Order: sequence, then C-alpha cells, then structure tokens
Amino acid sequence: MTDVGTSPDSPASRGHMPSESQRRRLRRWRAFKDRAGKGTIATFGIGVIGTLVLMFVYLFSETAPIFGSADMTPAGAYAAPGDGDSATLHTAMERYREVAVRFTDDARAVFFRPRDGEVIKEERMQRPDGVSVTSFATGEARSHLVGYGLDDGTAIFARHDYDVSYPGGERTVEPTIRYPEGDGEPLDVFADEGYAIDAIGVQRGREGTAIIAANNAREQLRIVLFDEDEDFLTGNVTVERRVYEVPWPEDGVEVTQILMDTTMRNLFVGGADGRLHYYDISRMSSPRLLASERAIEGDNAEVTALDFLLGAVSIIAGGSDGSVSQWFVARDADGERRLRKIRDFEPHDAPVTSIGPEHARKGFATAAEDGTVQLHYATSARTMARLALGGDINVDAVTMAPRQDGMLVVGADGGFRYLDVNNPHPEVSFSALWQKVWYEGRNNPAYVWQSSSATQEFEPKFSLVPLTVGTLKAAFYAMLFAAPLAILAAIYSAYFMSPRMRTMTKPTIEIMEALPTVILGFLAGLWAAPYVENNLPAVFSLFLLMPVAFLVMAWVWSRLLPANWRGAVPPGWEAALLIPVVLGVGWFCVGMSPLVELWFFDGDMRQWLTNQGITYDQRNALVVGMAMGFAVIPTIYSISEDAIFNVPRHLTQGALALGATPWQAVATVVLLTASPGIFSAVMIGFGRAVGETMIVLMATGNSPVVNFNIFEGMRTLSANIAVEMPEAAVGGTHFRILFLAALVLFVMTFVLNTLAEVVRHRLRKKYSTL
Amino acid sequence: MRDWFKKGTPWIWLNAGAVAISLVMVVGLIGHVAFNGLQHFWPRDIVAFEYAEPGDEPVQVLGEVDRSETLTARGARERGFEVDADEELVTRHRIKRGNRDVTGQDFTWYVEENMSAWSYPDDAVRLERREWGDFYGFLREVRVGDEVVADGDDAWETFERLFAENLPRIEEIGQIERVEIGAVNAEIEEIRLAQRRLAMDDTIPEERRSEQEQALEDERGRWEAEYDQLAERRNELLEEIRRFQVMLETAEGEQVVMALGDIVKPSRPNVMSTGEKLRFYVGEFWDFVSGYPREANTEGGILPAIFGTVLMTLVMAVFVTPFGVLAAIYLREYARQGPLTRMIRISVNNLAGVPSIVFGVFGLGFFVYFMGGGIDQLFYSDRLPAPTFGKGGVLWASLTLALLTLPVVIVSTEEGLSRIPGSIRHGALALGATKGEMLWRTVVPLATPAMITGLILAVARAAGEVAPLMLVGVVKLAPQLPVEASWPFIHLDRSFMHLGFHIYDVGFQSPNVEAGRPLVYATALVLILVIIVLNLTAITIRNHLRERYRAEGD
Repeated sequence: MTDVGTSPDSPASRGHMPSESQRRRLRRWRAFKDRAGKGTIATFGIGVIGTLVLMFVYLFSETAPIFGSADMTPAGAYAAPGDGDSATLHTAMERYREVAVRFTDDARAVFFRPRDGEVIKEERMQRPDGVSVTSFATGEARSHLVGYGLDDGTAIFARHDYDVSYPGGERTVEPTIRYPEGDGEPLDVFADEGYAIDAIGVQRGREGTAIIAANNAREQLRIVLFDEDEDFLTGNVTVERRVYEVPWPEDGVEVTQILMDTTMRNLFVGGADGRLHYYDISRMSSPRLLASERAIEGDNAEVTALDFLLGAVSIIAGGSDGSVSQWFVARDADGERRLRKIRDFEPHDAPVTSIGPEHARKGFATAAEDGTVQLHYATSARTMARLALGGDINVDAVTMAPRQDGMLVVGADGGFRYLDVNNPHPEVSFSALWQKVWYEGRNNPAYVWQSSSATQEFEPKFSLVPLTVGTLKAAFYAMLFAAPLAILAAIYSAYFMSPRMRTMTKPTIEIMEALPTVILGFLAGLWAAPYVENNLPAVFSLFLLMPVAFLVMAWVWSRLLPANWRGAVPPGWEAALLIPVVLGVGWFCVGMSPLVELWFFDGDMRQWLTNQGITYDQRNALVVGMAMGFAVIPTIYSISEDAIFNVPRHLTQGALALGATPWQAVATVVLLTASPGIFSAVMIGFGRAVGETMIVLMATGNSPVVNFNIFEGMRTLSANIAVEMPEAAVGGTHFRILFLAALVLFVMTFVLNTLAEVVRHRLRKKYSTL
Repeated sequence: MRDWFKKGTPWIWLNAGAVAISLVMVVGLIGHVAFNGLQHFWPRDIVAFEYAEPGDEPVQVLGEVDRSETLTARGARERGFEVDADEELVTRHRIKRGNRDVTGQDFTWYVEENMSAWSYPDDAVRLERREWGDFYGFLREVRVGDEVVADGDDAWETFERLFAENLPRIEEIGQIERVEIGAVNAEIEEIRLAQRRLAMDDTIPEERRSEQEQALEDERGRWEAEYDQLAERRNELLEEIRRFQVMLETAEGEQVVMALGDIVKPSRPNVMSTGEKLRFYVGEFWDFVSGYPREANTEGGILPAIFGTVLMTLVMAVFVTPFGVLAAIYLREYARQGPLTRMIRISVNNLAGVPSIVFGVFGLGFFVYFMGGGIDQLFYSDRLPAPTFGKGGVLWASLTLALLTLPVVIVSTEEGLSRIPGSIRHGALALGATKGEMLWRTVVPLATPAMITGLILAVARAAGEVAPLMLVGVVKLAPQLPVEASWPFIHLDRSFMHLGFHIYDVGFQSPNVEAGRPLVYATALVLILVIIVLNLTAITIRNHLRERYRAEGD
C-alpha cells in the first residue's frame, strides 16, 4: 500500500489504482458507511438518553393515578322495578353487578338487572294481613342482612343471597332470599306487649345474629339475640333465643337509628335530638349507656342517616344540616372509652338522606335531599367526587356495588338511577401521606405505616412520615460516623501522606466502595449487632479513647522520643505508625468491656440502659450508622481527596513562605479553597446513604418508628420497597405508593447529585483560573 | 504544649489516625470474612468433656468449639447459666454439638467454670448428613441388611470401604433426581402445551387434528414410559443402598441407626494428620463451590448461585456494552458540545448515584409487568395464566442491571475517548479518512482498554448488587438452571439464584441461621474475591492505559 501515493501515470500505480468509476463507487460507499455509522451511533446515543427520560416518565406515570379523582357516570335510569306504588327501603347489588335487589315497604324483595331495571325475580316475605312495616335496617354491608320492623311488634329477618355457577362456562347468578332464623315467619320482639317497632337494627357477629328494636311511645329498647353454639364433636349448631332489655337513652328522646357492631360489644343509637348514644353491651345482661355525644350541631338538628363503615368500627353520621362526620370509640386521656368524632367530610347543602358504605374499603357514598351524591374516603378524609343528579330529585337511598365500581341511587319519586363509578385510589391524600391520621381503633392521631394485614376489614395506613424519618435517621447516623473519618483521612492522604503510602492507601480505601453492600449488611446484622449488644461499653470507649490515644501517640512521638528514633520513620508515615495504636486501643477496649460494665453499669449496660428508660433494639441505628458509614466512607473520601489534592500548589507554597506551619497552611488556605468540593462529597455520600437498601434491610429491625433514638431501629423508604414490592397487588394503591417512594428517592438523589456536580464543576473552573 | 497545638502537629496526627482507622476497618473486614469463610471447611478437632452446672447431674458433651467469649457474671446469669456467686467474669464457649435430630439444637453455650478437662477421643466421628445437619458421635457397628458385618475397631475401616463403594450409586440417584427427571418433565409439559395449542387452534381440519392429537398422545406415552423407567432405576438404587446401615452412639450414650445413603461425608478429625486435613479441606471447599445446596440452602454448595451470578452478568454485559459504548461515542464525538450535552453528561453521571432499588422498581414495573406481560399476551398465550416472561427472570434482571451500570460504561468510555490525543484524529482526517473511518480505525481501537475497564467495573458492580434483583427475578432456590444441554439451551425467562441474594436469604430468611452462618461467610468470601479480582483488573488496565497515553501524548 505504501506505493499508492506515487504519481498517477507511473505504470506501477496504474495497475493498483482503481478506475475513476470504481473510485466514485468507493467514495459513495464510504460516504454511505460514514452516514450509516453516524446514524447508528446517534440512534444508540439518543436511545440511551431516551431510556433515562423513559425511566422518569414511567415512574411518574405509575404514580400519577393515585392523585387523580374519581368519577361517577350515569349509566341507566328507570322507574322502580316491580311496581312503583310501594316505596323502596333498601337496594343492594351482587359482586358482578348482574343482579340487584330492591326491598319495598310492603315486604317484597324484587331482584332486577341494575343496568336497565328488568325484573328477574320477585319474592314476597311473610307478613300477616293488615300489619304494616314501620321500620327497616340492614346489617354490615357484606352480611347481606335486612330487618323489617312491623307494627305488631314482630320483625322479619332475612338475607339476600346470590348463588354463582358456571354452567357451560357461562356465569349465572341465581338470587334467593334466605331466613337465618326460623322459616320466614315474623320473629317476636315486642309481640307480647303489642308495641310497634319504630326503629330496628340487625347484625351478625361471631356469637350469632341479633335484632335490636325500639318503641318510642313506650321508650322500650330491646335486644333479641339468637345465640349460636356449635357442638365441638358433632359440629351441630344449636340456636338459643335470648332477650335483653336496654335502658332508654333519655326521657323524651326519639330513637331513629340503631346500630350494633359485629363484635356485639357496642351499641349506637341515633336520636331525633341530633345526638349519638353509645352503649357498652359487652355484657348484654347489664348494658351501660356510656355517653351521649352531639353529632349534629344546631337546635333542630337531627341524625338523618347513620351507617357503619366496612368492619363496623367507624360510624358515619349524616345530619339534617347536610354535615357528614365519622365517629368511633376510642379511649380519652383518662382511659375512658368514649364515642369520639374523628373527622368531618365535605358537607351537603341539604339534609343527608342515605349512606352507602363500600364493601372492601373504608369508603362510602352519601346522598342528600337536593339530589347530590358524594363519594368520600374515611382515612384520607377526601371527598372524591360529587355529582348533582339534576332537577329536583330528592335522593332517598344510595348503595355501592361490592367492588365499588357501581352505584344505585333511588329518588324520592321512586325512580332508579344506576351509575358507573371509577374510584381506584381514594386512600391517598396529602394528609394521609404526610400528616397525623386518626386510624380506627387507635386513641390518638399518629404517623403509621402499615400496608397490609390478614383481615379484610383492615384499614391500610400509608403515612410516609415514619419511612422518611427512618431514611433520614439512617443517613444521619451514617454521615455522623463517615463524614469526619473520610474528610480527615482525605486531608491527610492528599497533603501529608508520603506518595508511596498514598499509592497503597488510595486503592485500598477505594476497594471498600466495591464491596457489595449485602456483605456489609450481613456482617452488621448477624455479627456486629449482637457483638455491639454484648460489648456496648467497648463501642463507646472506642469512640472516646481513639482520638485521645492518637494525641498521646503524637505527643510521645514528636516530643519525648529522641530525634534519631524519630528520623527512622520519614514524615508522611504517621498513619502507618498509628495502625498498631488503633489495634491496641481496640483490643484494650474490647478486653475492658466486661470490667467497665461491672464498674459503672451494674454488670450489664444494656439492662442499665433499659432501666434508664431507653429502648434498646439489637439491630439499631448505631449498628446501621457504622455499617452504612463504612459504605459511604470511600465515596466521600475519594471525592474530597480529589478536591483537596487539586488545590493549586502555589497557594500553599505562598502560605508556607509566609511562615505558616504545614497544618496552618492546610487549615487556612487549602480547606477553605477545597470546601465546596468537600461539601459536594458529603452530599454525594448522603445521597448514597439515603438510597442504600441492603444494609438497612438487614441491619435494622425494619420497624417503622418515628424517632431519632440511636438504640432503636428504623424502616427506610428503600428497604420498605424491597420488603413490600413483591407482595403488593399490581396496579393497586399500595403498589403505586411504593412507586411514589421510588420516585421520591430517585428525584431526591438526582437533585442532590446534580447540585454536588454543579458545585464541583464550578470548583474545577476556579482551580483552573487560580 | 499550647505551642504544639498551635503548630498543628496533633491535628495532623488525628488526620493520620482517620486513615489508620479506615485501613484497619477495610483490612479487618475482609480479613474477618476471609477467616470465618475459610475456617469453616477446616476439620476441627472434636472435643469431649463433662459438663455440670452446680447442683446438676453431669452431662457428656461432644462437639466442635465454635466460639468463646467473656461475660460478666450477671450477664451470664441473665442468659440462664448457674454461676458461683463469687465469680465476676465468666468465659463461655459455644459448642457445635450437631445431632439436631436427637437434641433439637446444633449449638449450645457452656460456661468454662462448669466444664471438666477437655479430651479429644480418637474414635469420635463427624458425619455430614443429607438431612439434620452434622452428626457427632462414635461409630459402633456396620450392618448390611440385618447382619452386623463389623464392630469395634474395624468398624471404621469397613465403613469407609462400603461408603466408597456406594458413592457412585448415590451420585447416580442425585443425577436422576436433579437432571434426568426434570428433563422428562419438561418434555411432558411441552407436549401438554402443544395439545393445548392444538385445541385452541380452529383452522385445522378435523381429520388432521385427530392425527396430530394421536401423534402427541403417542409421544407423551413414550416420555411417560421413560419417566417410569427412571423412577424404577432410582428406586432400585435406593433399595440397594438402604441395606447398608451404621449404628452410632452419641455422647449421651444414645444409639442411632443411620442409612449409608444419608451420609454425605464422614471424617475422624481427631486422628487426621495435617496433610490429611489439608486434603479434606480442599475437598470440602471444592464441594462447596461445585455442589448444590441442601437443607434450605444452609448446607451443601453454591454452584447454582455462582452460575446464576455469572450468567446474569454476562447477559448484562451483552446489553450494556454496545449501548454504553455507542452512547459515549455519540456524546463525545458526534453531539454538538454545548449546555445540552453537558446536561446530559451530568444526568448520566448522576444516574450512577440513583439508588439501585429505584432501578429494581422500574425493572419490575416496566420490564416484567409491561414488556413481559405484553410478550406473554403475544407469544405465550397458550401458557397463560401462568406467566412466561411476565415474571422475574434472567433477561429482566440483566436488563435492569444494564440500565444500572450504563453510566459506568459511558463515563469510562468517554474518559478513554477524551484521552486520545487530538493529533491522532487530525492525522487520520488529514489522510482523507471520513469521520466514521477515523473513529473506527484509530480512535476506538485505541480506546478499547478504557471500554474494557468500564465493562469490568460494570460487571463488578452488577455482581454485587442485590436490592434490584430481589424485585426482578432472583429466587432462593431455582429448581432448574437457566441453561441446559438440550435445545434451546438457554432460558432467559427462568428465575435464577445469585450469590448476593444467597447471603441475604441464608443469613436472614433461613430457619436455622446459626448453622448456615459459616456458609454465608464462605459465600461472602467467594463474592468478595470475585469482585476484588474484577476491580483490581480494571484498575491495572486503567493505570497501564494512562502510562501508555502519557508516553504517546508527549
């Protein structure tokens, strides 16, 4: 090839040189290759950048739906199925929204298709002639129980059931009415006395089923309990009917609503006086009225709607003034159980007429006389959606579908409306994530993270505060341990260390960075945690004695030793001299640990701490701080070492020329110049500590507590993701909140690192101009 | 003194102390892992003593000394030991007694004050077993069928001979159970899927359909016959081995009869010479590296974990290399250098600081559920609802880690490219090369070592990363390796085992953490070694490179 460049007419070159057309083709081919290469590279380059953007966009898009609101869309309107003359008392739907039921005031159950109102089946419950219905109630939504109170003092107690079968792969739902007690003949409550049942409540609990009835004229309140006893051996169930009398709340009060919870320990009675009366009936033979609370403000205020939320712990009370509030029993400061008002929801403008609780979550719908329907969620205190049905419809009843994807609304004119509901993530609100929330069964509002539980009635608790605090706590203690060590080590190795030692030290410390954190976590959790627990005094005496020992060594070496001894070790090898000191102090502290415990801590420091009122977990922030500190030391060390090492030499030389000692030059000139670099090193280290997963997963107890106690564990955002992500239902609120946590981590570390990067960039510029 | 402080000497010493502490920590940590990981395989002597807490009947104890520590007497009493009232400090030893099936507990602490003198009986044996952990005791009889063939002093010799004779049979059983039956099952599953596809496909005419159905049915029959044959062979072997039994006596004098097939490795450490011990040690270590896990991963080897780690990082390297290198070339050579490029560069840089779990979350949502779910819908609908790609697997784990390590490769390649002296580019361009030719013929080959450095660092990082893998496909025990001897050889949809996750799982999730701990140390040691070797290689290449360009640049 070397002779190609000779003159074109020489015979030698004519043989090698391609012809004009060949050359043109070659040129075109080369140009094509060039363009193709550029295209490919650009595609890949932009593809990579696109991937990064995609990551952010994807995380965001998975998170975004939890902040969306709900919507209700009218999907059908029809006259009352069956016949329109009788009033509708209650409606309900089954899971697949194929069959709905309507209970009328002439004791009929009409099953129909919720979408168009076509009647499927009608069932007439037994009711003696001339006896009319005076009251009606339902049990907890999932129990499908209904109760009619009649004016002859008897009650009809029934359940609507849906048998689902799949003949030929096709789903068919067969609705029936069943009678849990008796064969459908009305049950006796006040029959002997002949009082009408003015208000009724029904419930099913572990012990059996109960009917609670009230007569306002006689001020009689009575519980009829069908006590079920299952025989151990045969499995036969025997039912015993028991009657208990409950004292009337207060003379002159008219009872409108009665609710009993599923544990059968608490009874709530809503009065026409706007108050809620709370009875303790854990011993039914001696029920006690514990408190009467005003639920609705105003003189003529009345509790117009009252229902349990899922799990029958919380009560939602709707008032004649349109207010909607949540109540449950909690202990007050004196330890007394009281009915407490937990929170208010966005009110209606007209009296609330009906409450429809959801079947699988702590959400509910409310309807008011002015024809508005609202969707609320208890935990997040959110009102998800509001729909005015228009016209002057007075809404009488509202029911949620079991999968909360549909709603049936009955107007006062008897007309039915069917709504499609889309309300996937009501559990999240700013207050639910970041503020104290009063959860069911607790006595105070608190920050709690508890995403799942074995029971269905569980209220998920999604407070990010414990996780954020845990993350910051872990990172804080890690920095407390790592930052001083790393920065001091960086100063020394950048300025004082002999070059030969530096070439050995730097890679060794940088190898630390490559150590898998899972190994650090394992050592911290399985070796360090129990070790620290058994040798607590050793750990603390190490922190105290180590610097002292260094100073003593410095004094001895530079002041007491003869000069020729000192000369044996050149300057810049102090660190090597101190290694035996570190080992010696370590050995001494560990050896002394039991003795120190004997002398100062009654022989057991851990026990001593507990006696001082300090909680001590074996896997705690102290251990995590050290392990994670270990992981971030190399990051901080190598960045700040770079920053210090690159400070232009003439700056120090100037200082030294002016008579400063080397340390004075470093402290006054170098550190000042390099401080932005050190700052950015600390920030990057902090970012790493915030996102570290395996160490905190293994070395903390993963209990989401809110405190900064060094002897307690924590749960961090990242560890929480690692623990809970695999079992979160795809697309659910929990799943998306975990994505939110990931997004928060992503944005946080990205911003931290970018800031640090910008600072470093500025610094580099500054150095080049100095 | 004040002057001394003012001059700053003590501060310099304090700084030096920080370096000393850091060095001691690193070396100490690696040493700790190495010591604990390596000593586990050393056949330690079996110690015997009599133990009696004040006022109790003495008990015979036999086992290995695992750990010793000093406690305050009060601490000891709180832990349930009977200690004399005048003692202040107490030394206690943790003895690995083994015999979990007899005593229910592998490890027990004993206070030194209550021990008799230690002895090392010659005839003490340690048996590594397939189940229930190690056994410590004395060999009394060897039986074949119901007949005692050896007892007393020749028992050991006979036992060793019989054990060696039966070893091939045991290995064959293992091979049949682990590999061959699995392969047959996979074939049968394949046929089931083919049948289902056939049933779902309604374009096939009736007569052809029944023909094909018949063919599949025949094939299935063939495989089932194969299965029966394998099972029969296995039972036959089991039957043969079951005849051989040993009778042992524990320290407490209890007699235990054990089948030969349940024993993995017998040894008598107290009579082994140092050379024998060394041989035993190497053998143990090899078994660890090349064996399969047993007993919920707390015993046996880590071959599948090593294999999974290596395969996953290899697949990752296949993805990350072209993307990282081409993106770096684009950023450095093609993109217009300006604020936008700088921003992109900073972002790429910072991506390295984003927590790895975030990549895991992204991988789970985007790769596994979105892409994997989509692939299942399109190509594997006959297997639904059982997911094929719609669950964690090697492919998704590799892709996730490729994203995670992308910045490492990009940064390293860019650095390499920026080190190429401008004169080389100018020379190439001056000779009439197009930009592409200049890059591919001169610059890129020169920067190759930098790319390799980046790749090695990426592999080292990927090998040690665990958190994201927990979301995208790592499992505690993979029934099958992702690679097998028959077509299509490699199954990227399968879950896999991983060294790092193995450490987490055995250390924190296993039922018997104490028994598994030495193995965790050993696993950690293997992982550290792999990573340190990779890193040192990368550092050496990089240093080498710098020297070279310093020379060429001048």
